[in-house]
Amino acid sequence: MLKKTQAADIFARIKKYSTADEVEALFYGGRSALTRFANNTIHQNVEDENYGVSVRTVFDGRTARATSNKLDDESLKRVVQASETLAKVQHPDPDLLPVPANGGKDNGPIPSRYFDATAAVTPEQRADAVKKIVGIAEKHKLTTAGIFSSGESVEGIFNSRGRSDWHTQTSSEVSITMLAGDSSGWQKANSPNVADIDAVTLAEIAASKAFESTNPREIPAGKYTVILEPAAVLDMAGFMFWDFGGLAILDQRSFLNNRVGTKLFGENISIWDDVAHPLQSNSPFDGEGMRRQRVQLVENGIVNRLVYARATAEKMKHSEYKDKVGPVEPTGHGFPIPNEMGEAPMNIVFGAPAEAKTIPEMISSTERGILVTRLWYIREVDPYEKILTGMTRDGTFYVEDGKIRYGVRNFRFNESLIHMLSNVEEMGTPVRASGEESFDMVVPAMKVNDFNFTEVTKF
Amino acid sequence: MKQIADWALNVVMQRGTSYVDLRIVDDRSRALATKNGKIGSASVSESLGVGIRVLADGAWGFSASDDLSRAAVEATAARALEIAKASARVKQHDVQLAPEKPVTAEWTSTYKIDPFTTSVEQNLDLLLKIDSELRSVAGVTLAETNMQFRREEQWYFSSDGANIHQTKFVTGAGYTALAFAGTEIQKRSYPNSFGGQYQNRGYELVEELKLVENARRIGEEAVALLKADKCPEGKFDIILDSSQLGLQIHESVGHPIELDRVLGMEANFAGTSFLTLDKLRKLRYGSDLVNVVADAREQHGPGLGTFAYDDEGVPAQCTPIITNGLFTGYLTSRETAHTIGENRSGGTLRAENWNRLPIIRMTNISILPGEKPLSLEQLIASTDHGILMDTNKSWSIDDKRYNFQFGCEMGWEIKGGKRARMLKNPSYSGITTEFWNSMDAICSRDEWTLWGTPNCGKGQPQQVMGTGHGASPARFRNISVGSAYKGT
Repeated sequence: MLKKTQAADIFARIKKYSTADEVEALFYGGRSALTRFANNTIHQNVEDENYGVSVRTVFDGRTARATSNKLDDESLKRVVQASETLAKVQHPDPDLLPVPANGGKDNGPIPSRYFDATAAVTPEQRADAVKKIVGIAEKHKLTTAGIFSSGESVEGIFNSRGRSDWHTQTSSEVSITMLAGDSSGWQKANSPNVADIDAVTLAEIAASKAFESTNPREIPAGKYTVILEPAAVLDMAGFMFWDFGGLAILDQRSFLNNRVGTKLFGENISIWDDVAHPLQSNSPFDGEGMRRQRVQLVENGIVNRLVYARATAEKMKHSEYKDKVGPVEPTGHGFPIPNEMGEAPMNIVFGAPAEAKTIPEMISSTERGILVTRLWYIREVDPYEKILTGMTRDGTFYVEDGKIRYGVRNFRFNESLIHMLSNVEEMGTPVRASGEESFDMVVPAMKVNDFNFTEVTKF
Repeated sequence: MKQIADWALNVVMQRGTSYVDLRIVDDRSRALATKNGKIGSASVSESLGVGIRVLADGAWGFSASDDLSRAAVEATAARALEIAKASARVKQHDVQLAPEKPVTAEWTSTYKIDPFTTSVEQNLDLLLKIDSELRSVAGVTLAETNMQFRREEQWYFSSDGANIHQTKFVTGAGYTALAFAGTEIQKRSYPNSFGGQYQNRGYELVEELKLVENARRIGEEAVALLKADKCPEGKFDIILDSSQLGLQIHESVGHPIELDRVLGMEANFAGTSFLTLDKLRKLRYGSDLVNVVADAREQHGPGLGTFAYDDEGVPAQCTPIITNGLFTGYLTSRETAHTIGENRSGGTLRAENWNRLPIIRMTNISILPGEKPLSLEQLIASTDHGILMDTNKSWSIDDKRYNFQFGCEMGWEIKGGKRARMLKNPSYSGITTEFWNSMDAICSRDEWTLWGTPNCGKGQPQQVMGTGHGASPARFRNISVGSAYKGT
């Protein structure tokens, strides 16, 4: 894998080739492998390795970026020249700040996210794990589909004022769908450490969901108490965090316009952005090389504060909104410059409830409701009320008198996130979860009242 | 490039491989955006690498590298073979490839103006002019514009002897105006949402889109929506503009006809399909007026699904998908064709870039225009009471592609054959086949546009692909309207 010393050498050459006032280089890449199976067969099995550099040059308030995956001298000269040519024709941006000389407040090291055993996983090991998953499917007379992926990646930043930072991590993920004739079940887990992934247990749970939901019955759409497993919670919640950046307020595109400081969610909802959390992943610095701060976004239902890139914080301090948005300071959540989005919290950790409930306990306390394994194809219907639409998928059950009764046909929902997070009756212990519609988070399962299902599909 | 291919082919063919192909891709792009009078982003990028696909012991392996040195290419090929042999540990049957005659060919997509020869200053001046027009409308709180160019050059070689060199230009541009007031954010986009219009063309596309000319109207509509009446809820006749109908085709025809989905290969992520094999040439998909093709040929137009050969060397084809309402075809590949009794691939296997495995992707999935002359205004005039919906705002469909719900940016109530009042937050929902069977009118060729969807996601690791969708406005009877806001 690309090493920091190699990147430092490349950056020295980039600086030599550049005539700009300031230069910044982002390094990215890694090696990733994914074994994909369906119909109890490995049908796709891939691996790729790719490294690149993205060079940003600055001339008197004008900046632009050029990127290449070729790191030889000739390519570096070309990418520097491309960045400079593009930067020189920009209009000066009065909000553009000099590249930072340091990473701001140092929060200390994050937990190591690089595991040799994960980096060393072979195609044969992945195939053997898939064989076990297929064995479980065959034992239950099911068909299985899914993935087992592993890899290592690098992210680094260097700038001409001496700031540099480097992050390496490994990743592993197993996602399993079990299919019966007219039903299905699903489970997914990921971790930087492959030893954390228990593919066999995931396969057994997915299988039980599939065969316990056979012959799904159609029940009418309407408002139900729902028990959302963590993946379902994160896939919905992820739609609101793009609005927790200061620039979203300045642009007036956020559902938090005029709402920061107000109680928007239930008393039991507290949310942090915390890259150092032991169940989190990703690098501890942002697109400018600023260290990511731990920020409490929501405290007991009140939207406390937002996250800021450096330039956004400066701009906010001089805006008409400065007294209405809580503390304003750079928090290390900026995207690489230039960009239109500004910043966003991407290491979300939900606070643990006073009394955590397990999913079986949530089921036991439910008179009439729906257990949701997973959601699918979620899209935003209304940006200010944060109404989302989507479907349930791969394990939807009717619960009555404290017991799972039977599988049901999947529902379409149209539900406001504000309403949902104001009606959380019970919560589990937050866990690292992964879905398909949003980024990974540390989230609990939730029991939510009056969840709005509007239609039923045909399966 | 042939020498690079020979390095890879020689390594694996000496070791018992039954088939290998590889793609070397040189990908270059320019992306510009503005926001509220300032440059939002300005970047160029290039990426070059090789992806090698190997069939050994009846199973697939794929490996890709950014390093085109001989040692790296040989190692990448050997790795693909090793991965194929690992795949063979878990299989039910050997992969069967439909035969395909190898060809040597050169192709470049048609363009008048190489977009990379236009200056960045020229591009930014246009975007800032649009931005200025949008923000000249009182009440517009956010104006965003964007322009993107891509040049993708690919060399394809196979152990069967194929040698195909293709170069494709993609151009796209568009803009959005947002208006926030009180407790509401409204949006209008032009010429389409999610980045505008994209085609396999040069800069001439940008010049033809009338971007500046429409900017003020779009800004005014965004602001007007704040005060418009809410779209009612109930059963209505609806007319979809051609861009919304293009997305309707994408979601409720394009995806369900992907044969890999039908066969369960996407079950863990993108889902499966209600179009099980027993439905071919038996299912009444839509009304007699519904004729849909999957057409990758140049004569269909410069869509994002237009090419000369797909990514396993199969020539571009036109496959009838729905013929006078009857379901008649799937999107196939060399591996899947035999499952429906075909002895040749339909030519739809494509990869996002050099580092991704080609999979079945939509080409240009288009509904053919009506044969009788019919303009949008004539269609409105022939509608007693209905709702016209324009430009997509939200889209969602279940994982078998039955139940869908779409929201649009703007609606118009139609009364007595005339546009009566603007409606905000229009949405409609339904079941795919019921919906297509309710289509009772479609506008003719003059109203037909080949739209580009640049952001279709599929596969694991996920690949983003551009697809084309030709459509003209059409009317659907007795459709469920307003469910997006029902009960909220």
